[in-house]
Amino acid sequence: MSESFLTVAFLAQTLRISIPYALPALGASFSERGGVVNIALEGILLVSAFATTTAIYYTGSPAAGIAAGIIAGIGVAFLHGIISITFKADQIVSGIAINLLALGATKFSCQIIFHSSSNSARIVGMEGWTFLPDVPILNNPFILGTIAIAIFSHFILFWSRFGLRLRSVGENPQAADTLGVNVARIRHVGVLISGALTGLGGAWLAIDQHSFTDGMSAGRGFIALAAMIIGKWNPVGAASAALLFGFAESLVIQLQGGTEYIQFIQMIPYVATIVVLAGFIGRATPPAADGVPYEKE
Amino acid sequence: MIRTTSARAVSLLVRLVPPFLALVLSLLAGAVVMAAIGKDPVLVYSRFFSETLGTPYGIGQVLFKATPLMLTGLSAAVAFRAGLFNIGAEGQLTIGAIATAIIGCSFPGLPAFLLIPFCLLGGIAGGALWGGIPGILKARFGAHEVINTIMMNFIAAALVSYLVTNVFAVPATVHTPTIAPSAEIARLDLVFPALHGSPANFSILIAFAACGLCSYLIWKTRLGYEIRAVGLNPHAATYGRISVKWTTVKTMLIAGGFAGLVGSNFVLGYKHYFELGFSEGIGFIGIAVALLAKNNPGGIIAASLFFGLLEYGGLTVNTLVPKEIINILQAVVIILLIILTRVFQRWIEHFQLVRETAAGHV
Repeated sequence: MSESFLTVAFLAQTLRISIPYALPALGASFSERGGVVNIALEGILLVSAFATTTAIYYTGSPAAGIAAGIIAGIGVAFLHGIISITFKADQIVSGIAINLLALGATKFSCQIIFHSSSNSARIVGMEGWTFLPDVPILNNPFILGTIAIAIFSHFILFWSRFGLRLRSVGENPQAADTLGVNVARIRHVGVLISGALTGLGGAWLAIDQHSFTDGMSAGRGFIALAAMIIGKWNPVGAASAALLFGFAESLVIQLQGGTEYIQFIQMIPYVATIVVLAGFIGRATPPAADGVPYEKE
Repeated sequence: MIRTTSARAVSLLVRLVPPFLALVLSLLAGAVVMAAIGKDPVLVYSRFFSETLGTPYGIGQVLFKATPLMLTGLSAAVAFRAGLFNIGAEGQLTIGAIATAIIGCSFPGLPAFLLIPFCLLGGIAGGALWGGIPGILKARFGAHEVINTIMMNFIAAALVSYLVTNVFAVPATVHTPTIAPSAEIARLDLVFPALHGSPANFSILIAFAACGLCSYLIWKTRLGYEIRAVGLNPHAATYGRISVKWTTVKTMLIAGGFAGLVGSNFVLGYKHYFELGFSEGIGFIGIAVALLAKNNPGGIIAASLFFGLLEYGGLTVNTLVPKEIINILQAVVIILLIILTRVFQRWIEHFQLVRETAAGHV
């Protein structure tokens, strides 16, 4: 057993599977550090996966697909920002509505473009990428990119002026406002960053699978949110927690077919999330103004 | 005197105008989408309305679609009243429905007057269990119910998938064995022959009763008072010697219980077995229903009928436009509703402030 799955191939698979958890989790840490809960991540993943698929389908270029995924992610995140920051409506309800919209709109568009509401045509993936083709892990630019983004995010959030401002509008928007920080604008930027990173995650989903299928985000946006909480709202922590979920899913794939209790193995990430959220590995404290619209006096 | 009357009119306006506007604007948005893909919105909407409200069969279908939405709407609304987000109605109704089906096929010897209530209680218990767990986790550990109810949805889906494929399996299907005939709830066409062929059944009366019960609970009982107090201001509720934690647990049990009754419509009243994926997201639409109804049980009946109309209407126009247009409309209704409600509130506050300043009150 141990020799069969503790291999480089298994590690590479775990990292690969972790990407669409890690990128939205990194994004969520920007959004929530700024005080905006973003459960629309799930919908953003779907829309960007669809945008990537469509762009690659028409252009044949993975680069164009990645760009389309990021732009689509930013677009949907902007909608969440307009609803919950500009109009100060409830952030969770906005997220639920956007997820519903994303599910419906992608199936609708899939039917229009690919004449099936459940599957797109097959698209090219990263086959053209020839950097170190025989070295697992290093040959996947998304793995390296995600690790780089996680480290870079840490510096942005904790060592840059923007990061300080973002955290200040999430902790104490009144004080930040008094000091001349434009609370709404900084929060918008945080949400847009979460959209861009999640959009990149959605692009990877489509590229990895070489197609779009309806509901292909399959709860990853929600789990990413949990990973971010487990990571205590820190980018590197969030990405590490995402790795745990990637490991669990990798294990499920490894054990598939070998047991009739596969559904119970599938439950592990969800049960683990609940257990962790219950504080068994230490209290998680959100930013003080997380989820609270800012009302200027 | 004049002040209070106008204040009441203003509050009525605030309550009715945003939902109405949201509905009208979302239908317009749908028309724009249809036009964008080269379909005639007038043709689509005329078929949409004539095949839903224009025939008794269509009305029966709408009633059938509305029934579970009333229950998931109540589930979301009770939780909202206590300031909680129950995003877990989907999992709660799943567990409730499979419990209903298992009881229904396990006791074929029982007469209907015992077996049907037994099935319903099983559904309530299953839903309450699934809602209660996040409730306890919230009360005991402060774990946020939004993430936990979502996780419970996934766990429920995996659990019923296991049960239907391994324990209560019918080979080559994804449903449980058929329930005993004495557990079946009769179709409405028994009394209204015009509805013949539609799956509408008497479980809609259960949904109506649940709305009545919920209204009584919220407005006339001590528990309802506690739920509202905790939702409006947990600190004040604590000061008034209400246990916020205990109220949280009880609220989530009740919310889960309402969702758990959904199985009565599909399992007892229609297919007579539990089938994987039967709910098609009605747990989430329940949140939209509760929002549109402003968490009032009476409004939930109306809002469920509207969303039921959308659900079935989407199927009737599927040959003209992809039926997913309906999910888009549902989402647009919610988005417009929460935006318009905020905008209206601000206008009213501004309007009142201006008037009070003019009257020398400030």
